[in-house]
Amino acid sequence: MMFPALLIVVLNNYLPMFGVFIAFKNINYTDGIWGSPWIGFKNFEFLFSSQSIWRITRNTVLYSLTFMVVNLVLSVGIAVAISELRGRLLAKGYQTLIIMPYFLSMVVVSYLVYAFLNPDRGFVNVLLESFGADKVFWYSETEYWPYILTLVNAWKSVGIGAVIYIAAIAGIDPEYYEAAVIDGASKWRQTIHITLPSIQPIIIIMTILSMGHVFNSDFGLFYQVPMDAGALYPVTDTVDTYVYRVLMELNDIGMSSAAALVQSVLGFFLVLATNSAVRKINREQALF
Amino acid sequence: MIKTRNKRDNSISPVANAALNAWFILLSLACVLPILLVVIVSVSHNDSLLNRGYSFFPEKLSGIAYESLFKDYGTIVGAYGVSIGITVAGTLLSVLLMALYAYPISREDYPLRNFFTFVLFFTMLFSGGVVSKYIVFTQAIGLLDSYMALILPLLIVPFNVFIMRTFFQTTIHPALIESSRIDGAGEWLIFFRIVLPLSLPVMATMALFGTIAYWNDWFNSLLFIRSEEKYPLQFLMMRVLNDVQYLRNNVQLAAQNPELMSQLPNESLQMAMAVVGIGPILLVYPFFQKYFVKGLTVGAIKG
Repeated sequence: MMFPALLIVVLNNYLPMFGVFIAFKNINYTDGIWGSPWIGFKNFEFLFSSQSIWRITRNTVLYSLTFMVVNLVLSVGIAVAISELRGRLLAKGYQTLIIMPYFLSMVVVSYLVYAFLNPDRGFVNVLLESFGADKVFWYSETEYWPYILTLVNAWKSVGIGAVIYIAAIAGIDPEYYEAAVIDGASKWRQTIHITLPSIQPIIIIMTILSMGHVFNSDFGLFYQVPMDAGALYPVTDTVDTYVYRVLMELNDIGMSSAAALVQSVLGFFLVLATNSAVRKINREQALF
Repeated sequence: MIKTRNKRDNSISPVANAALNAWFILLSLACVLPILLVVIVSVSHNDSLLNRGYSFFPEKLSGIAYESLFKDYGTIVGAYGVSIGITVAGTLLSVLLMALYAYPISREDYPLRNFFTFVLFFTMLFSGGVVSKYIVFTQAIGLLDSYMALILPLLIVPFNVFIMRTFFQTTIHPALIESSRIDGAGEWLIFFRIVLPLSLPVMATMALFGTIAYWNDWFNSLLFIRSEEKYPLQFLMMRVLNDVQYLRNNVQLAAQNPELMSQLPNESLQMAMAVVGIGPILLVYPFFQKYFVKGLTVGAIKG
């Protein structure tokens, strides 16, 4: 019964896993994949000695960690707030609206961002000029982009992220709160001592899973939204965009395979490491 | 003195409530306004755009962007067709196949369930990378420039399979399956006649996620599609936006080809394309919203 799905999983996910050996070869088209010579770790050397490696790794990791923290705080915050709102109909309404950005593709989002940041006619520059300030060439100045990208990412992810926490909060036994009220706890204390600890298991699971993706980035976010502007590479180039460019422009299959392999392996070990760290603290809450 | 109340009222104070409401109104506006801006720009007259830039209150409205969009409707309609076809076919296949995987691993009496659960779970932790996938797809299976290359990658989403599994576990009582077996029903019958009909919420949820994933996907087109008539809508939009940017920024090219530059889609046309790309999602969204919140909640928490 599971066979078709299993076949696809094997094809789609497991076969490519075996393709990692490409990273250890110097592929040329005359010999094909199987005949090309093995060059050991040369591709990796090349990767690590390239000038961009520090930049792309730093960008990728910093963005991933920032997104993780910002999105977590905002999602949980929104979840707690929505759960406390008095009008349930209103709360449902807000929930519907803030989830909406998740359903847009990054291509559409890059159009939206362009509508705001277009140097000549974008909404933001028009607004700035109407206040007498100078307009900003958004797509050439690097300093704003870490904030812009974090904001866009949060805008897109926080609504749907909150849904899981809202559901978790809805499942908390009301008796805890009643007991707290009897003891005279304020809303704030109730939140800190009941609500947050109750959703701690879910937060931990989501965090462990996210740690596995620290070395990955949302390709759409970093490629589409800055419109692949070369001037912005120092702050928008990540491992994934770099690998893509190397693959498409230089046709260097070996190096991009090496980069992808590094990502996967590092991510995998990070998940294991985070999981064991959580295990040491509280055995039950670890993922495995 | 004991304060008596009819009902313990643990709500937040009205002041706090008002403040939170204000915040949420702002947040909701922030989520909705960008889309609104795009819609408004798409119907703004070009002169208004030149004079005032993008604004929520253009001087003049004009439907010309949509006119030209649908005049050259060949490409757009073609792309729409490709997107719709892939989305529908992909979503149906995806939901069916994922259910077929999730059901056996949800049954306690299936001996190999742990093994297959791990097989799926492992793919969430470790992946072969884009290049590997590209080589497997194009050389081992020969799917370059084919629609299957757009459907296949998104068919099985491990996280969603687990949500389905949890749903089956919690909603389908083992006694129900037992009694069907006693009555002589085979596994396939049980699956199609009993389990599936009971699982409509989670199936609807997965159908929604699948639809979104397929409709919005452009990355697989970027990797695998080479012929223009096979472009799905999102990918077409991406090419239009990027190519126009490139042409505009390339001053030499502009100098040498003034007629070409004047024929470039202007901004309201680009925004019209964006509206056309978002449209279906926004229309479908309200209908499905209640399903998927429920589906996500039941499945994800216990998973």
